[in-house]
Amino acid sequence: MKLPRPVIPTLLAIAFLSGWEWYVRTGHVNEVLVPSPSHIFKWFYESLVNGELLSATWVTMRRLMIGFAIGAALGVPLGALCARVRWIRDTLGVLALGLQTLPSVCWVPLALLWFGQEESAVLFVVVMGTIWAVVIAVQESVLSVQPLYLRAGMTMGSQGWHLWSRVIFPAALPGIVSGMKQGWAFAWRSLMAAEIFVVILTGFGLGSLLHAGRELLRMDQVMGVMTVVVGVGLLADIIFFAPLERWLRSSRGLER
Amino acid sequence: MSNDKVITPALTLRNVTKRFVGAAGRVTAVEDISLDVREGEFLVIVGPSGCGKSTLLSLLAGLEQTNEGSILLGEDPVRLPGRDRLVMFQQDALFPWLNVLENVLFGLRLKPGLTEEERLESARYYLSLVGLADKEKARPHELSGGMRQRVALARSLAPNPRVLLMDEPFSALDALTRDQLYGDIQQIFTKRKKTIILVTHNIREAVCLGDRVVLLSPHPGRVREVFEINLPRPRRINDPELASLAAKVTAALSSHINEGVNS
Repeated sequence: MKLPRPVIPTLLAIAFLSGWEWYVRTGHVNEVLVPSPSHIFKWFYESLVNGELLSATWVTMRRLMIGFAIGAALGVPLGALCARVRWIRDTLGVLALGLQTLPSVCWVPLALLWFGQEESAVLFVVVMGTIWAVVIAVQESVLSVQPLYLRAGMTMGSQGWHLWSRVIFPAALPGIVSGMKQGWAFAWRSLMAAEIFVVILTGFGLGSLLHAGRELLRMDQVMGVMTVVVGVGLLADIIFFAPLERWLRSSRGLER
Repeated sequence: MSNDKVITPALTLRNVTKRFVGAAGRVTAVEDISLDVREGEFLVIVGPSGCGKSTLLSLLAGLEQTNEGSILLGEDPVRLPGRDRLVMFQQDALFPWLNVLENVLFGLRLKPGLTEEERLESARYYLSLVGLADKEKARPHELSGGMRQRVALARSLAPNPRVLLMDEPFSALDALTRDQLYGDIQQIFTKRKKTIILVTHNIREAVCLGDRVVLLSPHPGRVREVFEINLPRPRRINDPELASLAAKVTAALSSHINEGVNS
């Protein structure tokens, strides 16, 4: 008999959590430094009930969405421009390639000096985390569009904006989505870094909650927030990027 | 060619020369080609690889520009791609993000002065002409290679171009599918009276489809000989008469190649 696919992961998770619980409860480790799963869950429940967790998640998600949207909205046309114009590719394209490797937390000091401890400082860091990955992805996927599609489109009378919107972008879309996904991951990391390192006066996000947990020596809170952060990242992939990529691939017959 | 009647040809090539600068230096792809393509004629350009036949087709399509000489469509010079000269490529070049019907509609939607219903009607008509009326919702990857080329044919015919250009559209297909498509193309050609220019390296195919077969020799591509094919249509690729004509063209081609090697 074949077990349904979720069975083994669930059993393993239960075993892992029970083992952890048992290990902490029997006093093998300092419970202040390593909280038990039930402790973390208790924190999770309480902060959910008193609204702390939801409001922090909301603050963080809003920053992420806005920053990511700005980064993507700027990155797509800039990437297209890099692909289209040689000298822009040689300047902005190269710069993007370099800045993409810069850990986005490096933008934090600059952002603070420019914008102060404000919402705009966090957004700036998120945008800087997103934009370069998107620029590079769009540039590369536009450059690797099969010339045959362009020729076919052009002979049918497509040119200019029509050629871009009906041939080049659809053809480049799988690559662009992969770039978006990468940009999203970078944005998420840079946002956490910004929230943990900087007290942003305009809102108390997940990063701030995590930082506060450290200062209060509440490791259940620290690990609880970490779980939420991981969960958000996973969820974004499960409900947004993965289905989108799967659909793009299967509708074009690229699925193995 | 001097016995041609003096009516405006569909396409006129006058001393067309095209050079490329590649890694190996300057290469003359086609040199001094002059041809008249009659309205409603099926012209086949045949030659070995390197004879510049695909370059010639790109020039006709307006995807490349001539260095010397001129190409006229009717009386207008050809410089850019245009709906009046649609191309069927070696690979089907169907857009994988669109379904079959949307692919056929692509060119039609770029044609002004039509309502959406007229476009749909026209797209469906051409899909049924190539025998794929029931496949309009399918995605290109769900079709066989032969079906895809049929969709590509419908897509090129639907906007009713003045000239249909075909760049070895059968070369990637298996023999059985190919034979079937030869039949389809001839049927459509007889029915629609379209001017068609086909480029191929397959001499049998050339003789099977063409009213006239233009033989190009390579390095640089030049017109060597022009054969009038007066066999009745529909022609079958295995017809013995056709085979002996093809052998004649093949012989001419090899003599030109040997000539080139010896000189």
